[in-house]
Amino acid sequence: MMTDPEIRAHILDAIATVVPSSRGVPLTDDVDLREELELDSMDILRVLVGVKERFGVEVPDADTSKFFRVGSALAWIKTHASSP
Amino acid sequence: MPELTFIMPSLGADMERGRVGAWRVKAGDRIRRGQVIVDVDTDKGLIDVECFHDAVVQEILVAEGHEVPVGAPIARLQVEGATAATTTATKAAATPTAPFIPPPTPTPVRALSPLPTSALMSADDTARPLASPLAKRRARELGVDLAHVRPGPEGRITAEDVEAAAAWAARATAQTAAQTAAVPTTAVTVTAPPTPAGEAPPKDPKEAMRRAIAASMSRSKRDIPHYYLWQDVDVTDTLAWLKAENARRSLSERLLFAAVLAHAVAQTASAFPECNGTHEGGAHRPSDVVHLGFATSQRGGGLIAPAILNADGKDVGAMMMAINDLVARVRSGGLRGSEMTLGTITLSSLGDTGVDGTLPVIQPPQVAIVGVGRVVDRAIVRAGAIVVRSMVTVSVAADHRVSDGARGARFLIALDKALSTPPASASSSLAADAPPPAEARP
Repeated sequence: MMTDPEIRAHILDAIATVVPSSRGVPLTDDVDLREELELDSMDILRVLVGVKERFGVEVPDADTSKFFRVGSALAWIKTHASSP
Repeated sequence: MPELTFIMPSLGADMERGRVGAWRVKAGDRIRRGQVIVDVDTDKGLIDVECFHDAVVQEILVAEGHEVPVGAPIARLQVEGATAATTTATKAAATPTAPFIPPPTPTPVRALSPLPTSALMSADDTARPLASPLAKRRARELGVDLAHVRPGPEGRITAEDVEAAAAWAARATAQTAAQTAAVPTTAVTVTAPPTPAGEAPPKDPKEAMRRAIAASMSRSKRDIPHYYLWQDVDVTDTLAWLKAENARRSLSERLLFAAVLAHAVAQTASAFPECNGTHEGGAHRPSDVVHLGFATSQRGGGLIAPAILNADGKDVGAMMMAINDLVARVRSGGLRGSEMTLGTITLSSLGDTGVDGTLPVIQPPQVAIVGVGRVVDRAIVRAGAIVVRSMVTVSVAADHRVSDGARGARFLIALDKALSTPPASASSSLAADAPPPAEARP
């Protein structure tokens, strides 16, 4: 069972895979990634692919907005991933 | 067999010089139409340049790393089966009416193959640190460890970054810069003189990009008499279709609204030659095929609008894969010369930024551009009642030398209809992964 910091680290890694320059950028849980990192809809989709690779769970289209922020993404993964 | 002089191509209305990044062929090689033969480093990044003839390479004229003006000979080819006399490959490439052979199907990773979810990632995304092919080559040549090179403002290591690191290391070890530069780069013959010292100072990629955009947009505003039209389009039904479609699709096959937009623009443009083509040399050249420029922002600033080739032949599913492939290559390298030169109309969607609408600037030598803002729920009057609908403001800027407002309005109304009506179907990635047609319509 992953801890919250471990889940957060995996989420940030998925984001950094899409936006390499985000590595090392402090991202609080409530910051809007679309504004902070200028993520567009294609970027968000690629983050979801990274989430699936890391947690083995596919984020449905209806829940895409949960991944606009790290905090809500973390909460979603804790709820939906079988053993994050 | 006639000889063909392969020149440094113009990969954008603003391009004046280009640097030979890496040759993909050598003297004696046989090349096929559509084959990428050289990478050219431009202000807008590294572009893969194709040859549009079956030919045999006779001689490489400009070595890798050297910068020459647009139009300068960079290779000699011997064309097979051609009837024309000496010509230039790039003139054919830059003419929308010229037949275009799609290049070989991209690698499975870039082609969004259906099975692995990693298909949405480009190969370079997983590499650390990110570096252009030219930068990697220069790093090997100069013995530079990319892990020790500081990336440029876009987080990507360029050849200049590598060379700067090599020069620094050389100074640090008390070697001269001349000794560093003496490392052999390639065995090709150099008959073009190297760029004189001081003529092409090391450039800041971000500054170079701004210069390129400034040149292109200034030309557009100077030469093209724009007129603008806009329309609020009800996309409620289309979004409902998109939602239902995505509910049954896997993550790797998911569609974005951008693909629906691009599909609608391409289908509409194919019926309006006044809005689809180019204006060069005082004449309008309508195009029967739609090569849809897709305006894409670059990390850290800048904009580039490579074309989705043969866009009017793609359904929404195929369009989604084309966009995904194109955006990945905008941000990690691998754009082709044809994609930079063959555009016939452009789509600029700023919906993700949150603005309501845009009045875009035409990309020369094209004659129209479509702008799209964000989708927003609005209260509108429908059949005497106030209802809430999902609306998006769509605009078109068109060239008054080619069309008038009345015709542009018909284009926009047709686009409204295409966009407000759900697409008839959308292929899955399996079907859309089929190879492109052997030859685009002229």
